[in-house]
Amino acid sequence: IFVFFIISVISCIHSRTHVNYEIKGDVAVIRMNDPSVNTLSVQMQREMTEVMDEVWGNSAVQSVVLISSKPGSFIAGADLNMIQACTTAEEVTLLSQEGQKMFEKIEKSPKPIVAAINGSCLGGGLEFAIACQYRIATKSKKTVLGCPEVMLGLLPGAGGTQRLPKMLGLPSAFDMVLTGRSIRPDKAKKMGLVHQLVDTLGPGLKSPEERTIEYLEEVAVEAARGLAKKQIPLTKEKGLMQKIQDHVMSYPFVRQQIYNTVQKKVMKQTKGLYPAPLKIIECVKAGLEQGPTAGYLAESQNFGKLAMTPESKALIGLYHGQVTCKKNRFGTPEKEVKALAVLGAGLMGAGIAQVSVDKGIHTILKDTTLEGLSRGEQQVYKGLNDKTKKKSITTFERDSFLSNLTGQLDYNGFNKADMVIEAVFEDLSIKHKVLKEVEAVIPPHCIFATNTSALPIKDIAAVSKRPEKVIGMHYFSPVDKMQLLEIITTDKTSKDTTASAVAVGLKQGKVIIVVGDGPGFYTTRCLAPMLAEAVRVLQEGVDPKKLDSLTTGFGFPVGAATLADEVGIDVAAHVAEDLGKAFGSRFGGGNIEFLKSMVDKGFKGRKSGKGCYIYQPGLKRRDVNTEALEILESYKLTPNAAISSDSDIQYRLVSRFVNEAVLCLQEGILANPVEGDIGAVFGLGFPPCLGGPFRFVDSFGADKLVEKMRKFEEVFGNQFTPCQLLLDHAKDPSKKFHK
Amino acid sequence: KSKKTLAKPGVKNIVLVDGVRTPFLQSGTIYADLMPHDLARAALQGLLNRTGLPKDAVDYIVYGTVIQEVKTSNVAREAALGAGFSDKTPAHTVTMACISSNQAMTTAVGLIAAGQCDAVVAGGVEFMSDVPIRHSRRMRKTMLSLNKAKTLGARLSLLGSIRLAHLAPELPAVAEFSTAETMGHSADRLAAAFGVSRLEQDEFALRSHTLAKKAQDSGLLSDVISFKVPGKDIVSKDNGIRPSTMEQMAKLKPAFIKPHGTVTAANSSFLTDGASAVLIMSEEKALAMGYKPKAYLRDFVYVSQDPKDQLLLGPTYATPKVLEKSGLTLNDIDVFEFHEAFAGQIMANLKAMESDWFAQTYMGRKTKVGAPPMEKFNSWGGSLSLGHPFAATGCRLVTTVAHRLQKEGGQYGLVAACAAGGQGHAMVIEAYPQ
Repeated sequence: IFVFFIISVISCIHSRTHVNYEIKGDVAVIRMNDPSVNTLSVQMQREMTEVMDEVWGNSAVQSVVLISSKPGSFIAGADLNMIQACTTAEEVTLLSQEGQKMFEKIEKSPKPIVAAINGSCLGGGLEFAIACQYRIATKSKKTVLGCPEVMLGLLPGAGGTQRLPKMLGLPSAFDMVLTGRSIRPDKAKKMGLVHQLVDTLGPGLKSPEERTIEYLEEVAVEAARGLAKKQIPLTKEKGLMQKIQDHVMSYPFVRQQIYNTVQKKVMKQTKGLYPAPLKIIECVKAGLEQGPTAGYLAESQNFGKLAMTPESKALIGLYHGQVTCKKNRFGTPEKEVKALAVLGAGLMGAGIAQVSVDKGIHTILKDTTLEGLSRGEQQVYKGLNDKTKKKSITTFERDSFLSNLTGQLDYNGFNKADMVIEAVFEDLSIKHKVLKEVEAVIPPHCIFATNTSALPIKDIAAVSKRPEKVIGMHYFSPVDKMQLLEIITTDKTSKDTTASAVAVGLKQGKVIIVVGDGPGFYTTRCLAPMLAEAVRVLQEGVDPKKLDSLTTGFGFPVGAATLADEVGIDVAAHVAEDLGKAFGSRFGGGNIEFLKSMVDKGFKGRKSGKGCYIYQPGLKRRDVNTEALEILESYKLTPNAAISSDSDIQYRLVSRFVNEAVLCLQEGILANPVEGDIGAVFGLGFPPCLGGPFRFVDSFGADKLVEKMRKFEEVFGNQFTPCQLLLDHAKDPSKKFHK
Repeated sequence: KSKKTLAKPGVKNIVLVDGVRTPFLQSGTIYADLMPHDLARAALQGLLNRTGLPKDAVDYIVYGTVIQEVKTSNVAREAALGAGFSDKTPAHTVTMACISSNQAMTTAVGLIAAGQCDAVVAGGVEFMSDVPIRHSRRMRKTMLSLNKAKTLGARLSLLGSIRLAHLAPELPAVAEFSTAETMGHSADRLAAAFGVSRLEQDEFALRSHTLAKKAQDSGLLSDVISFKVPGKDIVSKDNGIRPSTMEQMAKLKPAFIKPHGTVTAANSSFLTDGASAVLIMSEEKALAMGYKPKAYLRDFVYVSQDPKDQLLLGPTYATPKVLEKSGLTLNDIDVFEFHEAFAGQIMANLKAMESDWFAQTYMGRKTKVGAPPMEKFNSWGGSLSLGHPFAATGCRLVTTVAHRLQKEGGQYGLVAACAAGGQGHAMVIEAYPQ
């Protein structure tokens, strides 16, 4: 049934700024060109509706091509500000319904619409594309398709939860919507998300980017004509596997089984702390079991509800924070770092080398022994080779990246280095020795960065002839996986040195926070009191597994006992001692002697095979290290029943972390709460659903947190004394860290 | 002309005495049962017959090949021995994809210029009717271990480790190792980048076939020698020249990029078997032996660029470079012979050479190179129609320039070619005064 949309022509004729179109023969080519980034903003939607109405009303037009004029993106998603500006769930639901309506019209278009996709096609952009009749995507590295809404605590609210299961089948659709993972073009073609792929073009008579878009448009216009003339069928003959899958899925009990399995998996992974995935399952189910009307309604209502959840606000806050921390607020450095030298080919050093060589930075990796060097170079090779197995790089790219790496035992070539990052053993005297050796061979402009997790940079810089060129770069292990880089400046570090360190970090793909100098800087300083508390909890007789489940139950991706094993019991002991000396009894809690006894026994955590748990290569299951429990026996404490409920233990752990974070802001170690949240989440695994310690205080309430801390303070003393800034926030509820 | 001659005082003149080639046949046809060195032998013997050269007068032999037959990895030596050359004449094989025999010729030029040789035979052979298909790496590993296994038990356990998947063979691909992209795919992208339409490509391919047919029919392809194929007839003509109609060509589906690509079987060069050989000498030696040389081999260049997006743009880069080197302009050139890998590749190169933007953005030039005038361009057909035995094409190009200069009365000719790996070559050839 054919419906003509009667256009109520809006009297004012205004020039469109976001969408324009051109008629090529019988094909209308609609180009999206938001002055900034293509998002489904109010303006974009309004202009798109106008244009679509004109195109539908134009009898000369037989088919339509939808394309972006932006080289890097089709549509990057919905306009987040538009959602954030809403104050009620109903408002957001309305937004969702408008989107649903618009895409319904697109889906039912009597003239076939081809979405020509180059660059990111995410969120609302993907929902727009899948409402079109045909999709063609370029094979560009920038072309990705996905529904990242779940990562922002939302769901695809413009038909995504309804169309994808029908298009891809339940398993693929769930995978895509629940993980939010980005899908590359070849995969998208394979799974039936796009119909046709177009190669990217190299140099020609125009810039490659420009010509690629033009080429995509040419191919799309041809396809649109073919569709209009019915030369290209809209439905593809299904393969045997697809037919079998469809048949199996036609049984309600099979679908029910899938819902249950997915639900269980989600609960296991999120501990029920993230509402979005559960709502997504609900929407998909409603659509498939009760029909489209119920499905679309569930989608829009749940979208509205989710937008109002603190989880979503926290995740969106993190998203914005991450964008902020991917910029260099110190400006462009005078000299770009092209030659880097890394001292120490251990886990950290080799990791730093790996994330540098694949960004085209010539890197010297220096160690003192051939064995150490060989192990480090192997780590870099393996890191890159694993990427070839995942097909994210080719073997040729691997080889060419590795050609940027020089492994050596001497200081040869350091006279040409622009930056040296040392990652030697955490011992002040060794660091001093290395600094002096390096300063003797490097050129005057070369920056000396030290990778330490706790030693104050000014102490290391004390023996430097050029302290303005000394800076701390605290990487997190494993360097190629952990996104955070904590940069530490002393009062002598020059602005250009900082700008340069940030520039290198950004090039290495890091999210960066820049903090002031002091024992433990920011991240280690927050972690230490929490681990001290964790040790006390263990001494009070809580089993490591129980401790882990309490922390993961609060939203930490890694439990406290496991985290101690990952960090290394020896490192934890070392740090606890150092910071204990610096900060006094406030950093007390668990008995450091317990950690030392563990180290004496060789229980240094994962790296030594034993820590709180026993690690066996190839074995996923981990057993509690009973020998560690025996050691614990001799350090046993009697728990105080008044503050030892599960929830109390969780807040004892978290409040010390959060209080220390707020104190860091109070003392000026942190420049702002945003970096505090980003550092805690990306470096230490602070629960993302809480958005970081500062957002947690905002949403939980400083007053409530102080109240809890006072209760603990009565038993444990100053370890739980809230800092002044936290008290200020508790006193005045209008005070918030995030506006 | 900008220059009367390219002869330079104090620099040895190096001449092309003559050049021959076997008929270029579509692979899998009459040559199918031969081996590469058989074709090479035929070309070498043909050269000797044509020139009447005493075998012991040859100081050195250089031969090009791309897909190597593992049994004759130094195919130059095997062919020379089989062709009856003295076993005292050393021979080596070079490889540089589609410009392998160009490399063989310039190696010869180098040997003569350096005063080490006076008479060198250069050439190239390609045999696509049989290519080395290997066992998979896993299978090879097992088989090699089997050699070393001492006991029956060890052998049995190795045999037991063989899985069906290990038996899948490894085929050689006409693909770049660095990018894993086949050349046809790259050519299609290149054509698209320069906005070369399917129609333009088909037209150029038709032109190539039409001109080749005309040249063949009027006996201009005098470099072709007759070859008695053992067990088969005498072959004396290329068999890939098939002028078609635009309508017929338009029916073909794209061969590499589906469904919207523009490169088809009809506008690409086809897999070909063939060999070529040339006799290169110092002018003095040639004259002393009583030869009347055909041409001087003058300046030459090799270029290379990005093997992904500029794989086949060698001629665009090499042409201005060699002209500059020799002090000539495009207008001085009477005869152009460009290797036609794909019609789309030729058209893309012509467009690149005509583009100021391309010259400024990618070549560091102020203005465009300028495209050769079509009436001087590949007027006896090209690789699209005559065939393209990878390593044999270079000698064909040079010999054709020499013959065309003689026939058309021009003075300067230019050879240009692209090659896998993003490389390219160009050479200036000067007619020998008649």
